Parts: sequence; C-alpha cells; structure tokens
Amino acid sequence: MSESDGIILILLFCLPLISAIGLMFVPSKDKAIIIGLTGVSSLLMFLISFYIFISYDFSSSSQYQGIYAISWISDIGFIAKDGIQLKVGIDGIAASMILLTGIVILAGTIVSWKITHKTKDFFILLYILVAGVFGTFAMLDMFFWFLLYETAVLPMYLLIGVWGSTRKEYGAMKLMMMLVAGSILIFAGIFMIFTEAGLGTFDMQVLASVEYDRSFQIIVFPLIAIGCGTLGAMFPFHAWSPDGHASAPTAVSMLHAGVLMKLGAFGIIRLGLQTLPEGGEYWGPGLMTLGIVAALYGAISALKQTDLKLMTGFSSVSHMGYVFLGLGTFSLIGISGAVLQMFAHGVMTALFFLLIGAMYDQSHNRDIPNFSGLASRMPIWSVFFVIAGLASLGLPGLSGFVAELHIFIGAFQAYPVIGGLAVLTAAITATYLLRMFSTMFFGEFNKKWDSLNDMNYLEKAGAVILAASILFMGLWPSPWMNRIADSIQIGIPGVLM
Amino acid sequence: MTNDYLLILPEIILLVTGLLVLFLDAFSDEIGVSKGNLGGLTIFGAALSIFATILLVEEQSVFFNIYSIDNLTHFFRILLSAILLILVIGTKKYNESYISHIGEYYFLLISATLGGIVMIAGIELITIYVGLELLSFSLYVAVSSLVNDKKSGEASLKYVLIGGVGSAILLYGLSMIYGSAHSTFYATMGINFASEASYNSELLLIGLIFFFAGIGFKLSAVPFHMWAPDVYEGAPLPITAFLSTASKAIVIGFLFRLLGGPFSSIMEHWNILIIILSVLTMIVGNLIAIQQSNIKRMLAYSSVGQIGYILMALPNISSVTASAALFHLSGYVITNLLIFIVVTIYYSNNKETSMISDFKGLSDTQPFLAFALTAGLFSLAGMPLLAGFFTKFILFQAVVSNGYLWLVIIAITMSTISLFYYLQIVKQMYLYSSDELGAKFHISFNEYFASGFLFIAMVFLGIYGTPLYEYAERATKILF
Repeated sequence: MSESDGIILILLFCLPLISAIGLMFVPSKDKAIIIGLTGVSSLLMFLISFYIFISYDFSSSSQYQGIYAISWISDIGFIAKDGIQLKVGIDGIAASMILLTGIVILAGTIVSWKITHKTKDFFILLYILVAGVFGTFAMLDMFFWFLLYETAVLPMYLLIGVWGSTRKEYGAMKLMMMLVAGSILIFAGIFMIFTEAGLGTFDMQVLASVEYDRSFQIIVFPLIAIGCGTLGAMFPFHAWSPDGHASAPTAVSMLHAGVLMKLGAFGIIRLGLQTLPEGGEYWGPGLMTLGIVAALYGAISALKQTDLKLMTGFSSVSHMGYVFLGLGTFSLIGISGAVLQMFAHGVMTALFFLLIGAMYDQSHNRDIPNFSGLASRMPIWSVFFVIAGLASLGLPGLSGFVAELHIFIGAFQAYPVIGGLAVLTAAITATYLLRMFSTMFFGEFNKKWDSLNDMNYLEKAGAVILAASILFMGLWPSPWMNRIADSIQIGIPGVLM
Repeated sequence: MTNDYLLILPEIILLVTGLLVLFLDAFSDEIGVSKGNLGGLTIFGAALSIFATILLVEEQSVFFNIYSIDNLTHFFRILLSAILLILVIGTKKYNESYISHIGEYYFLLISATLGGIVMIAGIELITIYVGLELLSFSLYVAVSSLVNDKKSGEASLKYVLIGGVGSAILLYGLSMIYGSAHSTFYATMGINFASEASYNSELLLIGLIFFFAGIGFKLSAVPFHMWAPDVYEGAPLPITAFLSTASKAIVIGFLFRLLGGPFSSIMEHWNILIIILSVLTMIVGNLIAIQQSNIKRMLAYSSVGQIGYILMALPNISSVTASAALFHLSGYVITNLLIFIVVTIYYSNNKETSMISDFKGLSDTQPFLAFALTAGLFSLAGMPLLAGFFTKFILFQAVVSNGYLWLVIIAITMSTISLFYYLQIVKQMYLYSSDELGAKFHISFNEYFASGFLFIAMVFLGIYGTPLYEYAERATKILF
C-alpha cells in the first residue's frame, strides 16, 4: 500500500459510521431504502477491504504500510507533541483481519435483511460495531485503538438483548460485564506502558520501539493477555462466549464469533507480542497451557451439548484455544498458524452460525437429537454445513487444515506433549462434528419437520461468499501466509524462526 | 487592586435578573406579566451573563483583594451560567406544572448560581463562606418547592438540618485553619504555611479534618453522603439536576483554588484525607447504586460515585491533574445534565413515581428520549464515542502519571460495576415493551433544543475534546 492509501483506511472505518448515521434519518418503515443503503455500504466495505488486502506491498521494508496520521491532541498537559493521533496503517496481519471482517459483514448484512423487528435499529448498532472492528484493526495509536475496541463491544448488549433468543437478557448481561471487566486490564496495561515509556505519546510505533525493562514486561504482558484474552474467549475467561453466542441473533453471532473474538487475539499480538516481546516470550508457556486447556475443554464440552448453537459456541472456544496455543509458541510458524487460524475460524464459524440461523428461523428449535434425515429435505443447507464442519475439523483442502498444521508444528517444536494433545483435540472435534452430521443429516426424515424449507436466496448468497473463502484459502493459502510471515518477522523482535 | 465594578459584571447581571424575577412575580397581577415569562427572563439573564463573561471581562485582576477574576473564574462563570441556562430551557414545562412558587424558584436557582461563582472567585475565607451559604440556603428552600408533595418538604428539612451541621463543621475547621495560618486571605495564608515554623501542625491537622468533613457534606462524599439520596428523591427534578451537577462542580472548583494555592505547601497533611474520601466515595457510591429501584436514588448514588473519580485527582494536585479533573468535570456535568433533562421531560408528561420500571418500552414510544438517555448512561459508564470515555481516559492517565495507579485500578473497576446498574435502565427501555399503549407525548421545541444540544456536546466531546481540554488547562494553570 502506498502512503496515499492511508486515507482509504480511514474511509474504511468511517464508512460504517456514516452509514449508521445515515440510517438514523431513514424512516423505519421504508425497508427498501434500508436494504439498499446497507447493501451498498456492506458491498463497499467488502471491496475496500479486498483492495487493502491485495494492494499489500511486499517490497516495503517497514513494518506498517499506508500510514496516515491526523494530530488529535498535541502538547497539552502530560501529552507531548502529537501525543494522540488518529493514526492508521496496516501490516499483513491487520490486512488479513480486515479482509475477514469485510467478508463476514457482507454475508452478515445479507442474511440480516430478513429481520422484521426494528430492522433499522439493528443495522445502526451492527454498523457501529463494525466501525469499531475495522478501526481497531487499522489503528496505530493506543488511545484510539482502545476507544474503537470498546466501540466494538458496546452495541453487543442491545444487539443480543433486543434481537436475541433463549435467555437473551442473561446472555447479554454476562457478555457485556465480562468483556468490560476484561477491558479494565487493557486500560491498566496501556496506562502502565504509557507511563513507563515516559514519552507522552500513545503512538504504537513509538511505544513498540521503546525497550522496556524485562521485569516490567513480565508484569504488564499478562494484563494485556488476559484483558484481550477475555474477548478472545481464552480459558478460563470464556464463560460469556457459549451463552452469548447461543442467545445472539444470527448476524451478531457471525460477527462476534467470526470477527470480534479475533479482535482479542489481535490485541495480544499488537499490544502484547509486538510491544512487550520479552514478556510474551516469558509467558509463552503459560499462554500455550491455557490454549491447550481451552482447546481440550471446549472440544469435550462440545461433545456433551445438544443445542446446536451451544455446541458451535464451545467449538469456538476450542478453536480459539488453538490461536492462543500458536501465539504462545513465540515462533514464526506458531504465530503464523495462529493468525491463519483466526482467519480460517472466522470464516467457518460465520458460516456455521449463518446456517444455524437459517434453520432456527423456521424450526425455532436447535436440539440436535430432534432432527434426522435433514439432508433429504434441505440438501443445499446440508452441503454447506458439511463444508463448514469439515473445515472445522481440519480436512486438507479447506482453510482449517493450513492453520492447524502450522500450529501443530509450532507446538511440537516447543513442547511435544502439548503438540500431541493438540492433535488429540482435533480428533475429538472430528468426533462431535461427524456424530452431529450422522444424527441430523442422515437416517430417516423426521416428519415433524415437514414444514422446513431449504435456504432462501439471501442465505445462499451469504453462504456462498463464506464457503468460497474457505475453499480458496484451503487450496491456495500463500497470499495469507506471505503477508502474515512477513509482518511477524519484522514486527515481533526476537521471534523464533 | 482595582475597584472596577465592570469586573463583576456577570454577577451583577445575574443578581439584577434574579431581583427582577422576584419583583415581577410579586407584582405580576398589577403589571400584567404572565408567569411563563419569568422563565424566559431567567434564560435571558443567564445568556447575558455568559455573553458578558466572554466579551466584556477579559483581564486578570483582583477585586477588593477578596475576589480574583482570572481564567478559573472565567471558566466557572461560563459553566455555571450555562448549566442554569440549559436547565431552565429544558425543564420549563416541568417547572410550570409542578412548582408552587415559580418566581421564587427561579430566583433561588439564580442566587444559587451566584453563590457558586462567588465561591469559585473568592480568595478570602469569609467571602467564600458567604458564597457557600448563599448557594446552600437557596437550595434548601428550592428543594421544598414541589406542589403538594410531602416528600419535597421532608427532603428540604433533612437537607437544611444536615447541611447546617455540615456548614458548622466546616466553619469550625476553618476557624482552626485560621488559627494556624493567622489570616483568612489566601495570599497571606500561603506565605505563612510555606514557612514551617509559623504554624501548629496538630491544630492544623484537626482543622483540616473538620474542613474536609464539612466539604464532604457539601460534595456528598462518603461517609458524609447520607443526605443525598433522600434529598435527591424528594426535590423537584431540576433541583436534583442542579445539586448533582452545578453544586458539585462549584465545590470542586473551590478546592482547586484552595489546594493549589495556600494549601499546596501543607500537602502532606491533607493528601491522605482526600485519598480516604475518594476511595470510600467511589466504592460505596457505586456499590449501593446497584440495589436501587428508584431512578432518582440510583442517579444520586451514581453521582456520589462519580465525584469519587474526580477526588482522585486532588492528592498531590498539579496543573496536569487539575486540568484533567476540570475536563472530566465538564464532561460529567454535560452528561448528567442530559440524563436529568431527559428524565424531567419524561416526568413532565407522565405521573412521577421515579421508578426505573417507569421507563419500560420507552424506545417504542419516545425513541429520541430513549436514545439520548442510553447515550448519557453509557457516557457515565465511560463508554467510547461519548464524553465519558475521553474525559475519563485523560483523567485516569493523569492520575497514573501522578503516581496513583492503584487508585485508578479501583476507579476502573468501579466504573465497570457502574455499567451494570446503568444497563438496568437501558434494559427497561429497550428490552421490554410498554404496558399501556399510546403513551406517546409531544416534546416541545425547548426540550428538543436542550437535550439535543447536550447530546451533541457530549458526542463532540467524546470524539474531539481538545478545545475544552486546552481551555481547562488554561483555567487551572494560573493556580500553580
């Protein structure tokens, strides 16, 4: 990306905000305008994020590209010249995550058009959330990073509380309180980094170039890791995640499991590994342990679930466990795997939730044992579900495989035992998914569900976008791998090659 | 020393407006002025006072050695007059339907504002005490002005008794401080405190304890907060709004001048007192707010908690923490005023029971009010894109730079807890639907203007707070 492309990054996170403000002035009954506006806006977001991804410049030797800064607060009180800036810029990791967000929001918008209750308000909140997500990925200033990070969390309460299902009040409150409690630690971590550096600036590039005391890094890294890890559903701070997912409406589950949880892992990379590398190295084994425990625990819990959405929720905890496992290896291959997993899991879990939503809207039931032989009634739905499932259990040729392979190799290099457990987890994942397939899709069709129809064209469109991404990344992962490896080598000092 | 009366023009304008309101009210039948015009006159007077502050009084000067006209005074003149202005605009309908003696009521609001400005500008203890009593007495009476409401009278009695005790304790403390400093003038006090041998530190310490206890009553800081929920509950809503914004801002502004000036050389004596007050206030205020089901009581405890955050900035006070605290204070005032005005608009059209469950389904019947109230509550909890996030971030960072990381950790934890009870109101408005259908009512232009203006100010401050922060820094810089 060239320098002038920086303005596109600003446009990217302003676009959903502008759309949200625009929507406020549309009469709520005028559904055609709402659909048109959100359609154009989400398509634009997708195209811009795609452009950002493909225009990544491999010849550039600096860590970030497309840097663009607007001075916000300068030279007042304890803030030095250009202390707080609206500063954007991306590396390969952020570029991949921006693309992921673009894909998921496009699919999420399309399937949300069928919402009938307060459609307008739903999209306003959804787009504020998306603005926060895009902004966090693109931001290079800790103040704005944290501001947008919180912006991404804020609308969740109403999105789940108003449009959700099953125990939505409980799910929404639990999610909100746990995530905001996690932010406390990030808040404290940012303050400590700012004060320790003593430069009066929140510029991430400047703060990352400071060499902090080893003991300081060891104290602050866990604050960041646990704070961001709460949003990433890191064990044992994951309790909000299955309940939250189960009660959230389809598009929110998609965005939340698909993108928002990745924000947590991304925070660990940006604020943790890149700024406090020695702390990251020190706590690596701890992070790996939590990661593998989450992976095993999530998988074993998923075995027991009968609610399809809860099962996917626990499966997400398990897959995010892989991400933390990869980050904890502190090696090039492990962290690359973690970032690949963030993308792969984001797309596949969004597809899962889209499909579950498509069925739940008709049946109002998600209990796995209640269904059988659905493949004969909903063939297209079943095919998509199998694609997502196979990607989730790591079948070669689909996105999950590439990511998990990297993580497993990284884990084996660091601690063979943990690598072994990780492979065991993949086996458990295969068990619960294949068992679910056999129960729900095959066997005799249960006449009770005679009224079920296959997916409508909107859902198909959303599913095609997501499934195509899964296949594409599985068959040709190098665009991601190149960008990510490049950024990790430059961005994290002392990473094991 | 100048005796140029132009220097206190904004105060003169307020005083004249107040007296005129009182006069016109008394002779309204003879002259033929309708009572509705009194509110308009008050608005006009407040606007004129802001106008005079901005355009006419610029110089840094001292009036009769007891009254300092500087950037801090300037800041508070604008802030307090603006509170009065917006409050009267936004609550005119409520006042006209629920307040018994409307002329006196407006006069009391004006005189409370006037007392506040005197307290901020004063640089002599007796002047300040006069300002404080003008403020307090106006509010004692104003609290009781609801029509046919026993609670309002009860609240007023409680307030006058407890406030009187608070004033007595404060005055007792001041007398001992005078005993140590041998003067009531800030400049002389500063000199006497700076030379260590000249004061008796035991006497001073006891004096300071009494002083901060008295200030604690006025600020409703824990453990001197007991009166606040009862008074907030019984008072008319606009007075509750005034109590929770203006009267707290005034005491904080007065503390800036006193602690940054004469008290700065005896910092080791009072640091610990403020830290204790601050920690207790943050924790108790926020924890008790969780259990409240009455919206006025909840907001009372919430504003108790909010004051705790600002008190954090006072130990080891420096220009940096003072400007951050003033910045946060302004954001808090705007946000809290918005919340109270929205609640007032709601209750001026519905029977006032003050329960949180009254707001059930507000998002369906009054989407604008529900949206503004939600934004206000989120801002108090420190959520982003709103004033609360930006100002809190700056305040907390300033306190950390000042060496009190542990205080900030308590503060962030408490601010997360506060989100829980603010969400209880949001939940009622958005998650439940209204009991009675067709509870829609018309919002007048005035009400839209006041709440819309505050809402825009709150969002603007949350995104681009720099100008206000610069202004706050200029206001506090002269103190240090």
